[in-house]
Amino acid sequence: MNQLHAVLIDGLIYSSWLFIIAVGLTLIYGVMKILNIAHGSLYALGAYSAASLAGYWINQGHAPMGSYAMMLVAAILVGLIAGPVIERGLLRFMYGKDEIVLVLVTYAVFLILEDFIKLTWGVDPYFLYQPYSLLGSFDVGNLTYPVYNLVLFGMAVLIGVTLVWVLTKTRRGKMLVAVIHDREMAAAMGINVSLVYFVTFTAGAMLGAVGGALTAPMISVQPGIGAETIVLAFAVVVIGGLGSLPGAALAAVLVGLVRSAAVHYRPELDLFAIYFVMAVVLIMRPKGLFSVQEARKI
Amino acid sequence: MDGNFSRPLKTAAAVLAGATLAITCATAHAQDKPIRIGLVTFLSGPAAGPFGVPAKMAADAIVDSLNAGKAPAPYNIKGFGGTPLELTIVDEAGGATKQVTELLNLIERQNVDFVIGYISSGDCLAVAPVAEELKTLTILFDCGTPRVFEEASYKYVFRTRSHATMDAVAGAMYLLENRPAVKSYAGINQNYAWGQDSWADFTAVMATLKPEATITSSQMPKFGAGQYGPEISALLQTNSDVIHSSLWGGDLEAFMLQATPRGLFNRSQLVLVAGEPYLHRLAGNMPDGTVVGARGPNGVYAQKSALNDWLRQIYKERAEIYPNYPAYSVAMAFLGLKAAYEKARGAGGGAPATDDVIKAFEFLNFDSPAGKVMMKLGKGHQAVTGTAYGTTRTVNGQVTVGNIKYYALERVQPPEGVKSLDWIKSGMKPGNW
Repeated sequence: MNQLHAVLIDGLIYSSWLFIIAVGLTLIYGVMKILNIAHGSLYALGAYSAASLAGYWINQGHAPMGSYAMMLVAAILVGLIAGPVIERGLLRFMYGKDEIVLVLVTYAVFLILEDFIKLTWGVDPYFLYQPYSLLGSFDVGNLTYPVYNLVLFGMAVLIGVTLVWVLTKTRRGKMLVAVIHDREMAAAMGINVSLVYFVTFTAGAMLGAVGGALTAPMISVQPGIGAETIVLAFAVVVIGGLGSLPGAALAAVLVGLVRSAAVHYRPELDLFAIYFVMAVVLIMRPKGLFSVQEARKI
Repeated sequence: MDGNFSRPLKTAAAVLAGATLAITCATAHAQDKPIRIGLVTFLSGPAAGPFGVPAKMAADAIVDSLNAGKAPAPYNIKGFGGTPLELTIVDEAGGATKQVTELLNLIERQNVDFVIGYISSGDCLAVAPVAEELKTLTILFDCGTPRVFEEASYKYVFRTRSHATMDAVAGAMYLLENRPAVKSYAGINQNYAWGQDSWADFTAVMATLKPEATITSSQMPKFGAGQYGPEISALLQTNSDVIHSSLWGGDLEAFMLQATPRGLFNRSQLVLVAGEPYLHRLAGNMPDGTVVGARGPNGVYAQKSALNDWLRQIYKERAEIYPNYPAYSVAMAFLGLKAAYEKARGAGGGAPATDDVIKAFEFLNFDSPAGKVMMKLGKGHQAVTGTAYGTTRTVNGQVTVGNIKYYALERVQPPEGVKSLDWIKSGMKPGNW
């Protein structure tokens, strides 16, 4: 097998994962202008909940294929509970404040949730490895890949396409875009901005939890996984342009391919790969690949 | 007359009684005042589960047992020389800079008498000079980098376990004894002090013992990378006979979970120099034939003795499983410090000064649950022990270790004054111990 093929396949699989973990973060920033540091904890909560629920399902002797449904149910539950609690319970009192204040608030939520995770699940790892190999594997040349990697790729495409369709083709999506462009004008036109924020944050939280749930079968789920992930997700979102869905997608592909190439050709540069892409992009386009021109209010 | 005589006598008697009472109270107070030990270990993050928490549970169990005077001889005096021990526990997570601050807090605000801690090599390198500056006896209990005492000299810092050179040396020896026809090998190690040192030592030993074997790939993912798809593809493409890895914590577990379904270990034999804590955690994902080290004759490699039975019993009562190697490491630190403290205290003496404990600790030999520990390197501040390796085999769903071989310390440790890499490259001549 040509090494270039391996670089492309590995790069695309890694890109899919990067997009899945970053898309919730970019959605929330795009609509609410909140850089949600707690996204890392929502990812971790999704991973823990999926490992617990799907693990329980398998341990009870139910059909292992049902574990995929359990993973998604766990992620949706996390989004439906944690999203509204954080948005209604805390963030809505902070709207209108400086972005830095909101970053600090979500950082505080991140710290609280990290301790909540330790109190709830302890510090020992949880394993949910069965779904990773359950679907079998396929060969490309002399390399074997689990079919689960195709599921990741498919989920990334599905999430991206669904979000673009909702934002551009549906009435509610267009209302959301209106809020993105000008919150005050949208409110003046009768859009319930508060409801849009509530729905957006809940959807973003759910996407974060889905990222964690889909990652759970590939890792040992343990304290600290949220912190590692938020750094990567943040890098992808910044490279793509804060709040841009196409930007996040392109950034994920760029980072994935560059990291994969580094691992295959110059492993010693792996550590630097993502920051290399970030540095190059920000030198060329300081606001990211898909930054939107902002109108200055006079 | 009688009255005049009895008054000073009574006064003197009262003063004497008061003084005696004061001395008695002071002595009792001194006896009751516990020896405060700061314990620094990972309570969160990827190192908590396999290393930090087992070390903490072992420390709790050991302190309780020592305070009750229930440890076997020669450690059967309560506490340290009769004085009870009290632990102040700090989370090691957060990086080296945070650990320097935490050490300052422990010493200057919490007023601990001794510090036992540090699993991460990066943290050990960062805190050692600070402990020296603060003149507080600090025992590094688990980190592996040989640089601590090879590149510096300390008065107040000790390490009661062997440094990591023997892990790579014995690992390569074991591999070549059991598979002498190895033609190629690759590595996957974390990109920081521990991973870099382990790979450098292993490649140097292989170059010395098997120079015709070729290195096919060296993967150095960052600590906490979590996703290893490209690395596994790169390793698969090398078709190496052997893959060396010093990965640990969540990184090792994620790597194993991702590599096993891709058939990496059907092509290459795995050598995990620090794999022992994962034997029961990775049941079902630990391939048969994996060469596993325990950073000394610890855990599954510890041989039967009264001290080993004691540690296994008190740990199992608390954790419901048998201790892994970080639990043995922390036991060595407590027992080494106890031996030094009681030696410095002497028969019937009071609390010894720190300098006296240090003098007693230097070049001390003491017994541990993993066998004899000798403070032979680093001018008497760095311990040496032999080590052991074995090969995994799954029996009834449980990972067991067989074909165990023990290596005497002179075969796997560089002697005093010689840097590890220099010793390996010069042919690893057994030192004069």
